[in-house]
Amino acid sequence: MSPDNYLYLAATLFTIGTIGVMIRRNALVAFMSVELMLNAANLAMVAFALARGGLDGQVATFFVMVVAAAEVVVGLSIIITIYRTRRSTSVDAANLLKL
Amino acid sequence: MTTIAAPTFEWLQLAPVLTVLLAACIGIGIEALAPRRWRFLAQVVLFEVGIGVAFVFLVLSWLQPTNNLGLMAMGSISLDGPSYLMWGSLLVFALLSMLVFAERDLNNGATAFAASAASVPGSAAEAEAALARHEHSEVFPLALFSLTGMMVFVAANDLLTAFVALEVMSLPLYLLSGMARRRRLLSQEAALKYFLLGALSSAFFLFGIALTYGFSGSFDYGRISDAIADPVYGRGLLYTGMAFLAIGLLFKIGAVPFHNWVPDVYVGAPTPVTGFMAICTKLAAVGATVRVFYVALGGERWSWQPLLAVIAVVTMGVGVVIALTQTDMKRLLAYSSISHAGFILVAVVGATAGVTGQVNSFGSILFYLVAYGFATVGAFAIVTMVRDQAGEVHEISGWAGLGRKSPLLAGIFAILMLSFAGIPLTGGFIGKWAVFSAAWRGGYSWLVLAAVAFSLVAAYVYLRVIVTMFFSEPAEGVVVGKASGMTWVPVALGAFVSAYLGLFPGPLLDLVTSASTFLR
Repeated sequence: MSPDNYLYLAATLFTIGTIGVMIRRNALVAFMSVELMLNAANLAMVAFALARGGLDGQVATFFVMVVAAAEVVVGLSIIITIYRTRRSTSVDAANLLKL
Repeated sequence: MTTIAAPTFEWLQLAPVLTVLLAACIGIGIEALAPRRWRFLAQVVLFEVGIGVAFVFLVLSWLQPTNNLGLMAMGSISLDGPSYLMWGSLLVFALLSMLVFAERDLNNGATAFAASAASVPGSAAEAEAALARHEHSEVFPLALFSLTGMMVFVAANDLLTAFVALEVMSLPLYLLSGMARRRRLLSQEAALKYFLLGALSSAFFLFGIALTYGFSGSFDYGRISDAIADPVYGRGLLYTGMAFLAIGLLFKIGAVPFHNWVPDVYVGAPTPVTGFMAICTKLAAVGATVRVFYVALGGERWSWQPLLAVIAVVTMGVGVVIALTQTDMKRLLAYSSISHAGFILVAVVGATAGVTGQVNSFGSILFYLVAYGFATVGAFAIVTMVRDQAGEVHEISGWAGLGRKSPLLAGIFAILMLSFAGIPLTGGFIGKWAVFSAAWRGGYSWLVLAAVAFSLVAAYVYLRVIVTMFFSEPAEGVVVGKASGMTWVPVALGAFVSAYLGLFPGPLLDLVTSASTFLR
């Protein structure tokens, strides 16, 4: 099996995710874009696991899912705290820190 | 039917990490079960004992190197000289910076952390929690979890373990940076920025892992190195994978152009947490970077060295030049930390193998980190002590005339600044000398010349602070807070070791030289 097409799809998803983080102003949407990037990596690993004939890549995706779940817990708690303070999740509203 | 062999796990050798993890878990239990008035004391005793016991385990197994060096936990942890050295320094720095977490005298009997981080700033719930003297003693287990991640990160021998460790190290830090008692909006904003950018960088790291796995068919550093020597698949995967891995790691180090989070997070986070991040996170990230690049990607060094060299120059340049213009002490220390990341990268680029009797790249990096670490721990502890009515004073103008108000504290801060600047007779000077000579022997003389030039400019930044402290009129309303031993121990030890390493660098240099060979 050639992993090429899966890899192109993974790279596309990853790029969409990166662009999403860069241009979307809503912290929740930016965070969802990060999750998309993690899943793009998962797809690439599963495809490579099949192509290279090992199970490592498939097992790794389970680890990534668990890590992503933990990240959601921490991320949402931070975003909710910010929302309760400011009534907004826009990353532009958070501008107290200068460059 | 094939039988599956049970995995082996070296409990005794990995005891230092497990002890820290256990202490963190017990800490969570204390939060759940102990009455509120006992929690703080219990947590403080717990983290001191936990880190102390971990250190004893570490020394005991280090004294018998024959049985205790090698690949542990089915090859996912590499326990070699560098691992032991980095574990030891991580434990020491974590202990010192966590002592500052427990400081209560400076803030009318409360810690630097919010009474109730979940309450809205300025609300009745917040005032009520502050009045009832609630505090978040969860900060101690959170920091211990983060320390566990750091210890695994520096010793990880496969990319998957490294990724999980990276997250275990980062997630508690995101929360800790949002828990300041004063300037809470700023602190929450820092947590959000740190979290979003951190998650982005770990996604890059993970995609790099996926591509490297596609190239080599394995996560194991040794197998990746074998695949580079004898490639089966195209190198395109390797080069892209390497670039993505580098982005993830350089972000954590705080190298330009991935440094944007550093000043914001350092300023917004509670100062004790900033101290913890400034040294422990940096040490862990540098350690893991060196291991990935030397052990797994060492065979490709000709392709990554020039790129890292450029990043090192830009990092030093941006760090030093922007530090020149800062008027805020924490921001100045943040840009100073960026420039130090650049100086460390100079040695990473050098990549000199161990020549007998001379400090090699890793040895010089570790010496630099230890010297930088003691100065950092002390400096951030002092930042918590310079206060006015509203809390800590971060404007450098507020530090004017500190030398007359408290000659002792200002003197100590001056020693730390001199060590940052790399003035002779301080640990920072020996660190810079070791780092530069490693890069010089690696054939990067132009990089060393640039680094020397930048360190001269950097000296001006630190000398300016010293001049402000000693030679200007004292600022109104700013006092040196009466701190307990929790703050004074890191301050005193930071100054003492900074000076000691400058005068007697021999023992530590011998130590880092003798134990700086990576296993694979």
